[in-house]
Amino acid sequence: MRDADAAPGPLLVETEGLTKHYAAGEGTVAALAGVDVAIPPGAFVAAMGPSGSGKSTFLNLIGCLDRPTGGSYRLMGEEVARLSPDRLAEIRSRRLGFVFQSFNLLPRADALANVELPMIYRGVRRRQRRERAAAMLAAVGLGERLHHRPNQLSGGQQQRVAIARALVNGPDLLLADEPTGALDTRTGLEIMALFQALNRSGVAILMVTHDAEVARFAARVLRFRDGRLVGDRAQVPADAAAALAALPAAPAEAA
Amino acid sequence: MSPPLREAGTRPLAPAAGLPPLPAGRGGMDLAEALASALSALAANTLRAVLTALGIFIGVAAVIATVAVGAGARQQVMQQIESLGANLLVIWPGTVRQGAVRLGAGARPSLTWDDAQGVVEEVPSIVAASANIRQGLQVIAGNQNWATTIQGADPDVFVVHDWVIEEGRPFTAEEARAGRKVAVLGATVAEMLFPYENPVGARIRIAATPFEVIGVLGRKGQNAQGMDQDDVVMIPFWTARRSVMGAGRVWSRSVNFVSLKVAEGEDMRAAEEEVRALIRQRHRLAPNEPDDFNLRNMSDVAATRDASSRTLSMLLASVAAVSLLVGGIGVMNIMLVSVTERTREIGLRLAVGARRRDILAQFLIEAVVLALLGGAAGVVAGIGLSHLLGAAAGWPVLIQWDAVALAVAVSALTGLFFGFWPARRAARLDPIAALRHD
Repeated sequence: MRDADAAPGPLLVETEGLTKHYAAGEGTVAALAGVDVAIPPGAFVAAMGPSGSGKSTFLNLIGCLDRPTGGSYRLMGEEVARLSPDRLAEIRSRRLGFVFQSFNLLPRADALANVELPMIYRGVRRRQRRERAAAMLAAVGLGERLHHRPNQLSGGQQQRVAIARALVNGPDLLLADEPTGALDTRTGLEIMALFQALNRSGVAILMVTHDAEVARFAARVLRFRDGRLVGDRAQVPADAAAALAALPAAPAEAA
Repeated sequence: MSPPLREAGTRPLAPAAGLPPLPAGRGGMDLAEALASALSALAANTLRAVLTALGIFIGVAAVIATVAVGAGARQQVMQQIESLGANLLVIWPGTVRQGAVRLGAGARPSLTWDDAQGVVEEVPSIVAASANIRQGLQVIAGNQNWATTIQGADPDVFVVHDWVIEEGRPFTAEEARAGRKVAVLGATVAEMLFPYENPVGARIRIAATPFEVIGVLGRKGQNAQGMDQDDVVMIPFWTARRSVMGAGRVWSRSVNFVSLKVAEGEDMRAAEEEVRALIRQRHRLAPNEPDDFNLRNMSDVAATRDASSRTLSMLLASVAAVSLLVGGIGVMNIMLVSVTERTREIGLRLAVGARRRDILAQFLIEAVVLALLGGAAGVVAGIGLSHLLGAAAGWPVLIQWDAVALAVAVSALTGLFFGFWPARRAARLDPIAALRHD
């Protein structure tokens, strides 16, 4: 009996026997070998594990970027494990937002255009897109830099643009793949503080990291090893804003 | 395990609160977005885009210029056919055998004035005929003189050759029969002899014989051989024979050529055969004897020239087609490069909700825009080149707007065709692999 069954309302994420095999040479490799996990709405979950542990495969499956070889995956109560690539694209558009280690901003587009991009694929009119994108950038603290291109922004600012982009369609779940991996400690803490603030306002977050320093800001930590879930522990999250304040004074971030 | 979770707030999340709501339906990318995106992608690599579009540019420019030159040549031929006179058959004396010796054309007076009369009387499909003799002579008017061709002809010559009388009148059958010394001047002759006054009513001398000018012909311009058809003076046949070109042969009935007008709507070939049969009969040729005359359908002659210019156009058009093909392959190549370069971008677009067809459309539109830009520049260059050729080489050119439209359509199709494979490749990328691509 799983505790999650007792929870009222649909779970955000619910997997049973989630499996992913890859063809490798003559045989197959199990990147994920049967994972059962339940995540309620509003959670802040970190997935940890060494490389090759299956945590990234797990993130890709939860993010509907990939389809499982076996098992079931319900997102907000909807079975999505067997959907077509285009249906998955639709799920990604409506329910999910992505933040990557390397930001993945379009280099030729300014911050506003980057944040507008997900709305283009939802058919939002240009005027409305601009309004929402500008408001979202303001919400992540970049209201003054709407027309800067990625190469005119610092790493932390680029990641904020990426977060604004991930949130602009109002997703149920924000997926972050090593979001602080390319950032220095201070900037990483700033991003974590932003994540915690977003989480407090109701955004569920699933974050993959190999860094325990980062994982401590989540309220729940999943540990992967050899394609299996080997640990699922709730914790009292550290306060990123406080950690940031405790840092010795550093030179101001270059704009 | 029962994780103590932060109890969820309700969506919409705070940063988006107070914003206009997102539309409920799923729209997908619209065309204007896709076009803007394609243009900015091309603008990011302007030089590359220009070089790639060059093949299509050259192809389209070549198509338009060659078609314009071809159409111009064709139009010129058509004008020449028209200026000869529509539905025109011409007979001239042929070779005559004396034993084994073949004498040259016209060596014997094998064609006579009476042949012309016979044809028009006996062949129903021939509506008019003119027997003609021609000779180069000096014409004098006042203190001007001019060497020109004197053509003795029957009154129907104006009908047969579709001559327009610009001033005055043609000579009548009555004047022709009476051998009156009346002349109708070609436009060139009128200009040379009477630069300042109206020639009608003036007197001229042709080889010392005085004539009265009764009319001036409308201008026809050059014929297919480049000769000025307006450099002529028309006088009645028997006047010419007796008063101007006699020289001891005043009673000769032989002619240089006979021109015939076939009735509108009659089959030229059938008329030609009827005329041939009649002349053979009149010349009492045995069935095994060759014709002692030549019979030509003048529009055939022009049509042959037209066909050869058509062959040239076909050749040039295939060069243009090859150029478009090469241009298309260039587009495909550069689109493949672009797909590879932008693999991460494609992965990202997929991650934020682009469907495969959105990616397909994006790259297809980019290829079509690229090809169309080349095509549009090619249209401008092709029209410019046509006019340049027209001006520099003196070729007649005629811009064919349907060919222009076709060239533009073909360049768009080239983009679509050669852009499809790269676009499909982009659309089929695995989002995860694409996101990790470096």
